[in-house]
Amino acid sequence: MAKLLSALIAGLLFGLGLLLSGMSNPAKVLGFLDVTGRWDPSLALVMAGAIAVAFFAFRRAEGQTHSVLGEPLQLPDKSRLTLRLVLGSVLFGIGWGLAGICPGPGLVLAGMALPAGWWFVAAMLLGMLLFRPLSRCLP
Amino acid sequence: MQIAWDSFTPFASLAGGLLIGLAASWLVLMNGRIAGISGMLGGLVDRAGDWPLRLAFVLGLIAAPLAWRGLIGPLPVPQLTTPLPLLLLAGVLVGIGTRLAAGCTSGHGVCGLSRLSPRSLLATLSFMGSAGLTVFVMRHLLGWG
Repeated sequence: MAKLLSALIAGLLFGLGLLLSGMSNPAKVLGFLDVTGRWDPSLALVMAGAIAVAFFAFRRAEGQTHSVLGEPLQLPDKSRLTLRLVLGSVLFGIGWGLAGICPGPGLVLAGMALPAGWWFVAAMLLGMLLFRPLSRCLP
Repeated sequence: MQIAWDSFTPFASLAGGLLIGLAASWLVLMNGRIAGISGMLGGLVDRAGDWPLRLAFVLGLIAAPLAWRGLIGPLPVPQLTTPLPLLLLAGVLVGIGTRLAAGCTSGHGVCGLSRLSPRSLLATLSFMGSAGLTVFVMRHLLGWG
């Protein structure tokens, strides 16, 4: 129960951060991505702020085998550079650039009871479902 | 390059970033997990064994606007002008792409870069690059938005 509550708190903090930062405003995200137009650099500070904090937490976590709540540390591989990684990231970027919404803000917009948020999240989940059969045809 | 000073929000964005970093720190130190939103959702779609934890995290994100209204006040109003067909296409691409790349802005962009992961650096450069190019094509070549 403590583990679930802890994950819920992390999700809440994350969502509040997205709201405060402006990441959950698609127009602001597109303004950040529009480097050659009237560029709004705000969101570079979101990433900088997040990394400035998380860097120390991960440095601490990497040396341990278990979390405070006794769960095994699950950290993904850091070094495998694959075609899948690049192809997937490029596809994700195209989707992100089309609407200005990435997965976290999509969930926050859905939580704001915005129909556009529901549509986006539904389409994203469909994409995730489609990934499995598609995955077999890819290198 | 022209900076849009009128929409620049350095303090709110930095503070929001710190909060996001705190959330990622919390999840890895307390639960031993990466705060990657596409990964959490992907595991739910694939009905992974640890789905309750994933669901709890995702519900926290969805409930954040409710918490904001209770704790702070009126929500910031999101501006979204993308027509529905394009929005759906965007969602499908984000879903497929993030699963294929095993991460998105949070998993690679925040957590991976914090871990100094070369894999996440390549992913972040790739999605930032293609997102920037997409906006360039949409706004400046096709004249949309």
